[in-house]
Amino acid sequence: MFKILKYSFYDLMRSRWSYVYFLFYLMLGFVLLFLNNDLSKAVITLMNVIIILVPLIGTIFGVMYYYNSKEFTELLLAQPVKRSSIFLGQYFGVALSLAMSLVIGLGLPFIFYGIFNSDAIANFSLLLITGVFLTLIFTALAFVIALTNDNKIKGFGYAILLWLFLAVIYDGIFLMSLVFFEDYPLDKFSLIATMLNPIDLSRVLILLKMDISALLGYTGAVFQKFFGTNQGIILSSAMLILWVSVPLYFIRRISNRKDF
Amino acid sequence: MISIENLHKKFGKNQVLKGIDLEIDQGGIFAVLGPNGSGKTTLIKSILGMVVPNSGSIKLNGKSVKNDWKYRNNIDYLPQIANFPGNLTVRELIRMIKDLRSYKKAEDERLIQLFKLEPFLSKKLSNLSGGTKQKVNLVLTFMFDSPLIILDEPTTGLDPISHLRLKELITEEKKKGKTIIITSHIMSFVEEIADEIVFLLEGKIYFKGGIPALKTKTKQPDFEHAIASILTTSYV
Amino acid sequence: MKLPIFILLFFALFFNQGRANTIEVCESCSYKNIKTAIAEAAAFDTIKIKKGVYREFNLHITKPLTIIGEGFPVIDGEDQGEILTIEADNVTIDGLKIINVGTSYTTDFAAVRVVKSENFLIKNLQLERLFFGIYLEKARNGKVINNTILGDAVEEFSSGNGIQLWYCNNVEVIGNTIKKVRDGIYLEFSDDILIKDNISQNNLRYGLHFMFSNNDIYENNIFENNGAGVAVMFSKFITMKGNIFRKNWGTASFGLLLKEINDSEISNNKFVENTVGINIEGSNRINYVDNDFRNNGWAVKVRGACYSNIFKKNNFFNNSFDISYNSKLNDNSFDGNYWSSYTGYDLNKDGIGDVPYRPVKLFSYIVNRTPETIILLRSLFIDIIDFSEKVSPVFTPDNLLDQNPLLKPVSHDIH
Repeated sequence: MFKILKYSFYDLMRSRWSYVYFLFYLMLGFVLLFLNNDLSKAVITLMNVIIILVPLIGTIFGVMYYYNSKEFTELLLAQPVKRSSIFLGQYFGVALSLAMSLVIGLGLPFIFYGIFNSDAIANFSLLLITGVFLTLIFTALAFVIALTNDNKIKGFGYAILLWLFLAVIYDGIFLMSLVFFEDYPLDKFSLIATMLNPIDLSRVLILLKMDISALLGYTGAVFQKFFGTNQGIILSSAMLILWVSVPLYFIRRISNRKDF
Repeated sequence: MISIENLHKKFGKNQVLKGIDLEIDQGGIFAVLGPNGSGKTTLIKSILGMVVPNSGSIKLNGKSVKNDWKYRNNIDYLPQIANFPGNLTVRELIRMIKDLRSYKKAEDERLIQLFKLEPFLSKKLSNLSGGTKQKVNLVLTFMFDSPLIILDEPTTGLDPISHLRLKELITEEKKKGKTIIITSHIMSFVEEIADEIVFLLEGKIYFKGGIPALKTKTKQPDFEHAIASILTTSYV
Repeated sequence: MKLPIFILLFFALFFNQGRANTIEVCESCSYKNIKTAIAEAAAFDTIKIKKGVYREFNLHITKPLTIIGEGFPVIDGEDQGEILTIEADNVTIDGLKIINVGTSYTTDFAAVRVVKSENFLIKNLQLERLFFGIYLEKARNGKVINNTILGDAVEEFSSGNGIQLWYCNNVEVIGNTIKKVRDGIYLEFSDDILIKDNISQNNLRYGLHFMFSNNDIYENNIFENNGAGVAVMFSKFITMKGNIFRKNWGTASFGLLLKEINDSEISNNKFVENTVGINIEGSNRINYVDNDFRNNGWAVKVRGACYSNIFKKNNFFNNSFDISYNSKLNDNSFDGNYWSSYTGYDLNKDGIGDVPYRPVKLFSYIVNRTPETIILLRSLFIDIIDFSEKVSPVFTPDNLLDQNPLLKPVSHDIH
């Protein structure tokens, strides 16, 4: 697996798209810092970007890479290499190179502006960690979708749909059910609904660390209380890890049964 | 060397292989022929483990290939469409494949010279023409010394000289006592090199044997007509 | 007969004043403590307290006196109880440092208390480790100037207020600094009060707390980082001008809470980084003019019945929500304000946007209805529905709009 990872990673590190992605984050970081010069403000603005764009890019990039490297995959399949290693290797190649673009692309401008001597360092690291997790999660989901759909157009369609669902539609349903059941105690429900969607979970984790958490009022206090405890931290990390490992399990399973 | 028993494979509703029984012995060149969609590639891919059969068994030297991957160390495979990761150079690709079969010794240098690939070694694969890619493909296939070689449409895109070189290579490997399985649409090429023909029709083996036997069976004077007659009779 | 007595009395008074003495208190003086000095002093005498530490409490001033500290002498109450109680008119206290006021759950001990007196002047005091600071009870026509009150309040129930006015009239509270007490300044049933140039910071509850008090003015004060902010309740004819409400940032905090306030003027104030800039409940006929709202969670939160309020020439910069409403009805007017989230255009270049601005977002309406939905803050879905509501309002009051949104912020430099 590590050999495949190495080559996929190497392949991607030389692809135009990784640079575009890297440069995009680099520019975003510099522009944000240039515009408001305030590290903690920039971190908040960055949150919106990370929550929406990282999953989208992870999804599209994952699907694209899978379809683009189909022949490479076939070449590998005839080699004495374990099947799951091929796909897991490719997956980690993509996910790691995306994560690296994100971390370095955003990290450089913030280091340049002195993040290490700032109070925002904790928030910023949290932002990067969730960003990396979202990359891992959505690239894995993209691979599952691509593996189950040989039709490129369909695969892209489903992948975008999945992103749309988790980034937008899920919150719509969430909101409707909150409004619909407003007469009932909703704390537990909203906690669980948040935990189940990695985008929402990341968003809330970051929001709670920022000082805009004061806006969250009573509901925020309930969340703060939950995520502030060790149990809450363990549970939310477990949730994120689960969101990575379940798709990984499916990648293994599907790749072992698939015909090429 | 290879024994296939009652092999079935379905893609969706399309039953591609309908019970194939095939024994291929050590040594010699076997051509797998058949019209489009007769299951040639599926059969080859089943042997390689790229396609997972619905039922039946494939044994290589008496060992089932199911859920195994190490046996592919003993197979060299030339895929039909040669498309490689575009960001790698030819040299890197060769090094990578060697790396994947880490303990194998390879004679890539000789093959690179044979196909005159030196000028392309540091070019990216995405910049190569179809024919050059096919040559790289051939190098990758023949550089290892495996007892079984599977070639899917090896002549695609080759210029006459390389075509000749390929034929020489194949005969050379045959002399070493290797088993070579070939699919091709070029009948003259098949007739020239194949020791035995396996003819697939609608997912079943229609004929297995030498070219003379085929001619007798179809009562045709030459090979090409023999094939044609099978096709016309079966389509009527 | 009556006239000579009056003249006699007048002379007596004049004569009395004329022989007003200065009494000094210090370790080596004939008066070694303040209590005896007060007891021995005649009306209108001046008591000068030299530098030193005086461990005294329960000092009752029952005649007109001027008490001046030189070099901030310390009166240490040793947590025994109240320290200075003024029960006479025309008393001046100046330049003392008073520490360690007693804490009690039954009596509101203060560093300085004024009871039913007039014409008092309390200035340049430094109060520390206190329960209540300066407590004015049924007092009139006095001044509280340039005092520094530094508390160490931790719990609401065991702490007192910095400056408290109860049933007072015509008092000026100017230039005081109040930190870390329960309520910085507290007013109840007090009319015609001027509160000016004070700084009220880091207090446990309110920076300024205002109840049942009419015709009061407060201007140019700074209220910062108080537990809940400033609360003005059940009062009429209040003028609030040029104040700064800053960093009242907590789950239930606001810059300014208005509850049942009518016929008032709120102008030239700055509301910066508060969870809620102004929280308005049941307040009518208030003019909000020339205020700045910057980086607040909610700039203005309108709840309950609020009628005939006018918002004009205010600047709204980068607030998460500009205006929040909890009903579909609107009887307030928004006109000629600057909104940083306005995205319209100005074709005729008159500085006024050609498209009206809708300051109420759908999400703020939803959050008002179901507070739990706030957990979706900054979700992409919310941005999308906000946008669609902006294009065609369904849930928010459709007459709630600023017909003349400004393209550039109003500059309020001219006071």
